[in-house]
Amino acid sequence: MIISVASGKGGTGKTTISTSLALSIEEEPVQFIDCDVEEPNSFIFLKPNNLKKKSATVLVPEIDKNKCTFCGLCQEICEYNALVVLKDNVLVLPELCHSCGGCSLLCPEKAISEVDREVGTIEMGKRNNIEMVYGRLNIGEAMPVPLIKMVKKYIRKNNNVIIDAPPGTSCPVIEAVKDSDYCILVTEPTPFGLNDLKLAVGVMHELNKPFGVIINRHGMGDIGVEEYCREEKIEILMKVPFEKEIAVAYSKGIPLIELYPEYKRKFQNILNMIVNIVEKKANSKIMQER
Amino acid sequence: MKQIVIISGKGGTGKTFITSSIAAIAENKVISDCDVDAADLHLMLSPIIKEKHIFKSGKVAILNKELCTGCGKCINVCRFDAITPYENIVTIDPISCDGCGICARICPVGAIRMEEKVSGEWYISETKYGPMVHAKLNIAEENSGKLISVIRKKASEIAEMEKRDFIIIDGSPGIGCPVISSISGADCAIVVTEPTMSGLHDAERVIKTARHFGVSPCMIINKYDLNIEMSRKIEDYAQVENISVIGKIPFDEEVVEAITRGIPIVEYSKGEVVDNLYSIWGRVLDILKIKDEGIEKDAIK
Repeated sequence: MIISVASGKGGTGKTTISTSLALSIEEEPVQFIDCDVEEPNSFIFLKPNNLKKKSATVLVPEIDKNKCTFCGLCQEICEYNALVVLKDNVLVLPELCHSCGGCSLLCPEKAISEVDREVGTIEMGKRNNIEMVYGRLNIGEAMPVPLIKMVKKYIRKNNNVIIDAPPGTSCPVIEAVKDSDYCILVTEPTPFGLNDLKLAVGVMHELNKPFGVIINRHGMGDIGVEEYCREEKIEILMKVPFEKEIAVAYSKGIPLIELYPEYKRKFQNILNMIVNIVEKKANSKIMQER
Repeated sequence: MKQIVIISGKGGTGKTFITSSIAAIAENKVISDCDVDAADLHLMLSPIIKEKHIFKSGKVAILNKELCTGCGKCINVCRFDAITPYENIVTIDPISCDGCGICARICPVGAIRMEEKVSGEWYISETKYGPMVHAKLNIAEENSGKLISVIRKKASEIAEMEKRDFIIIDGSPGIGCPVISSISGADCAIVVTEPTMSGLHDAERVIKTARHFGVSPCMIINKYDLNIEMSRKIEDYAQVENISVIGKIPFDEEVVEAITRGIPIVEYSKGEVVDNLYSIWGRVLDILKIKDEGIEKDAIK
């Protein structure tokens, strides 16, 4: 089963929740997939051993100038303006390329081949029963989505999989959570938290995903988030109190359930609840198909 | 006219609370919220929308079911796994579709056409602190970078026309496309961080990104008293990297109170945080002045 942890607003506690959720699973193997490739942080808390690094590459066009007739078709095809055809040259702007492969496929002279370009690294490690995979986008790279896809290739579906998603509501988040069975949205009880939670709930509806909310720093701010969840009949899975000790532990890279071991039970309960919800949904789907 | 962008790498370090206060302190400016993905600045500045524009960007493949023969050629060329077999023909998932249009080009029966997408809206608004240009990217959309370029261009036009001295830009978390679009060409990037291991790690990456694009960074440590030792580490890092730490803001419940009431804290309280924010704006002005003098000196040379 794949559970992803997301939020509209950044810094609400995604990594706090996802790492403790993974650590609460005992004995069974867990895969922890950090899809926040722009700013991966979970390794700070999970401290994996035996780190292995791999270069992550995408395909970009390379022009064989001996074959090219500078007809301009590739420039016309490219929706991303990554190719500029001049009188006797073709400029490739690799950072604009989305690797759709159209130019090399359709070049009438077969003058375009595809070559690897590094956009980041994939890092892997282990801690006890947790296998960790995370991506790290190279500085200056604009597009995280191809790297998120590559990181997700390591997912083995019948495992327990926890995904730490990036913040926001646009393409990187969608890519991170779209194959999940369930999504946990982490928010904080402030007008910023509420505004961005509503956006994240919009993403859940768009993707038709079952989801629940965890309110972090409960006790600060106001009750807007709770009222909203009640009105919309959204399950509040847990409230983590607003406490200096928790914030200080976070600052040092100490996971929540190491600070307060009693949270292990709470996270296990949430996991059981999610398993039930997902199984119920799967069963009702089978019934419908019959 | 000077452009000042507020970024953080890590989310939730206090960008928007600081931007709203700088927007209230700075004189004669245009405000621009470039966190189009999860915009929050409007909650603090209560803009009144004067103009609304549709943002069209990118394309999506649309299937004509009558024409499709189910040959599957499109499935083989789609690199985004957006097309799958379905009821003897195919189906296209608009969320996975990247809009490259190759399927439409190779379809032997012309069953796929490309349609331009409406992916958001942008607004020109009035606030009591000056004009504001902001936007809303639709859920599950891409091209946030292009939308940011649109609103930054509009903010510049307004600043030129009304002879404004500053553009104050609220950026987004991360280091990718929206951040690159928000910082490019800015005169100064304020990196707001917090004294946590994640905060420092993420600030380092966004500082490298700013420098990669030729924008000089300075830093604010927000909630610095949460972990004094970590704050010191951040200051050490800043010193080694030759980055000015232009402010250290203590944790104060009044910040949350002001956010809850939707008011920039400089208008809500008279506490230490507010003194800090005024001195931060003073330091920004110094940095911009020094930078200008440097440019003049270079010109004389």
